[in-house]
Amino acid sequence: MTWVNAVVQGVLLGGLYALFACGLSLLFGVMRIINLAHGDLALLGTFMVFVIVDNIGWSPFAALIIVLPGAAVVGWALQRLMFDRAMQGGELAPLLATFGLSIVIGNLLLETFSADTHGLSAGALETSAWRISADLSIGALPALIFVLAVLLLSGLQLFLSYTPLGRAMRATADDPGTAELVGIDARRIYATASAIALATAALAGAFFGMRSSFDPTLGPTQLIFAFEAVIIGGLGSLWGTLVGGIILGVAQTVGAEIDPAWSILSGHIVFLAVLAFRQDGIFAVQEARA
Amino acid sequence: MSILEVRDLEVRHGLLQAVRGVSLSIEAGETLALVGANGAGKSTLLRAIAGAPPAPAAGSIVFDGADVTRMRAHDRVRNGIALVPEGRLLFPSLTVEENLLVARRPGEWTVDRVVEAFPILRERRRHRAATLSGGERQATAIGRALMTNPRLLLLDEVSLGLAPVAVEDVYRSLRSVIEAGTTVLLVEQDLTRALDSAQRVMCMLEGRLVLEGRAGELRREQITDAYFGLHRNGSGSARA
Repeated sequence: MTWVNAVVQGVLLGGLYALFACGLSLLFGVMRIINLAHGDLALLGTFMVFVIVDNIGWSPFAALIIVLPGAAVVGWALQRLMFDRAMQGGELAPLLATFGLSIVIGNLLLETFSADTHGLSAGALETSAWRISADLSIGALPALIFVLAVLLLSGLQLFLSYTPLGRAMRATADDPGTAELVGIDARRIYATASAIALATAALAGAFFGMRSSFDPTLGPTQLIFAFEAVIIGGLGSLWGTLVGGIILGVAQTVGAEIDPAWSILSGHIVFLAVLAFRQDGIFAVQEARA
Repeated sequence: MSILEVRDLEVRHGLLQAVRGVSLSIEAGETLALVGANGAGKSTLLRAIAGAPPAPAAGSIVFDGADVTRMRAHDRVRNGIALVPEGRLLFPSLTVEENLLVARRPGEWTVDRVVEAFPILRERRRHRAATLSGGERQATAIGRALMTNPRLLLLDEVSLGLAPVAVEDVYRSLRSVIEAGTTVLLVEQDLTRALDSAQRVMCMLEGRLVLEGRAGELRREQITDAYFGLHRNGSGSARA
């Protein structure tokens, strides 16, 4: 039963990884760029929630009312002021620009909040759990995060598949130059995608802060987990990102069940195995060209 | 009344000057064919009118009384200019219907009307664009441009690379579009098609317009000579 518990906890942890990876996957899917600042931007969301909770006394959930639109505005501005220009400089320029942004955000957070560990309290939700058996219980907060991840990723996938704006995003992802020729403002599409991606990153950051303690140096670690989830699932596929997050989470908890020291390592091993045997990930988007 | 006025347009691809001081105008409802050898600058001129890169180095493009020379491509589409680019550049991951819908702007052209005008798309509406044949792709590309409900349709080499039967299908459908009164600027290598479809023909050579005349008044040899830079006297006006 302890193995079943390990798998269940892994699935729930995978929800958090999928939540983190959502924005990364969307940005890659629409703009074909990998945002190396994604983990730090998510952590920026965590600290924004922390500031509101600490100063105004709101609950972290209420703080999201301010943080999510704020993150979307930051995403929009980043796209217009930075990513747009970087994308004109070839494939490497966005990587370098976002790497630089990651360092700047990480250091600003360190300067402002010091290296101390912080936490966000989710109230009664933090300690609530459904006890299924002696060896198996499901925490309310991890379950909420998992449900949120499923709803967010499926919602985004449905949005991309069935709405006019989603269609325009997919067309722009296919060919931004031709998209302009059919009346789509590619820069506006990119800015919208960036705003959504940053809002989902802040959401992930907020729930990460409720689930575990955090400090300003954790951005790159979150980026690696998000990146692994995206790669395992397949670049550009949101369904794949959800599955990739779950596989990574299960690998870590099952690894920890074998030996606590294996937790993070086993996740990386699964990631490397996917890279070795299925380079395009499990749900790779076909790159067919007309 | 002219719907499009191009004046002294210059477009460069790096060091290469692809369009050199081109001036032309198109009347509303007219079909103008632009012919010329490969590399004459036809596609570059068409792309410049549509707002695709490279941007003109000099000159102006006035559409329906408004200067659109510096306007971005998607804003020109909103103003009523639509380009069917060479190479039938569809969105491969979208279905035929989605390729059409993504371009939709208010007006009389709808998905159903496009499918009616291009019957070869009827069975392929839900298929991904990446799986289409050449003729189906071209029909989708033209249909997609029509979905923007343009007042000026720019067609770049619509017959290039298509099987003869597919060219016939596409032109049969295009005739109904032209007869509906859409203003068309057509770049075409196939002289017979160009002369059959257009009311007026212009010939480009090395970035310049070198011959202009009514389709019914120009002789085939005149156009062929202009094509290769050999001028003779005739009813068309030499512009070089």
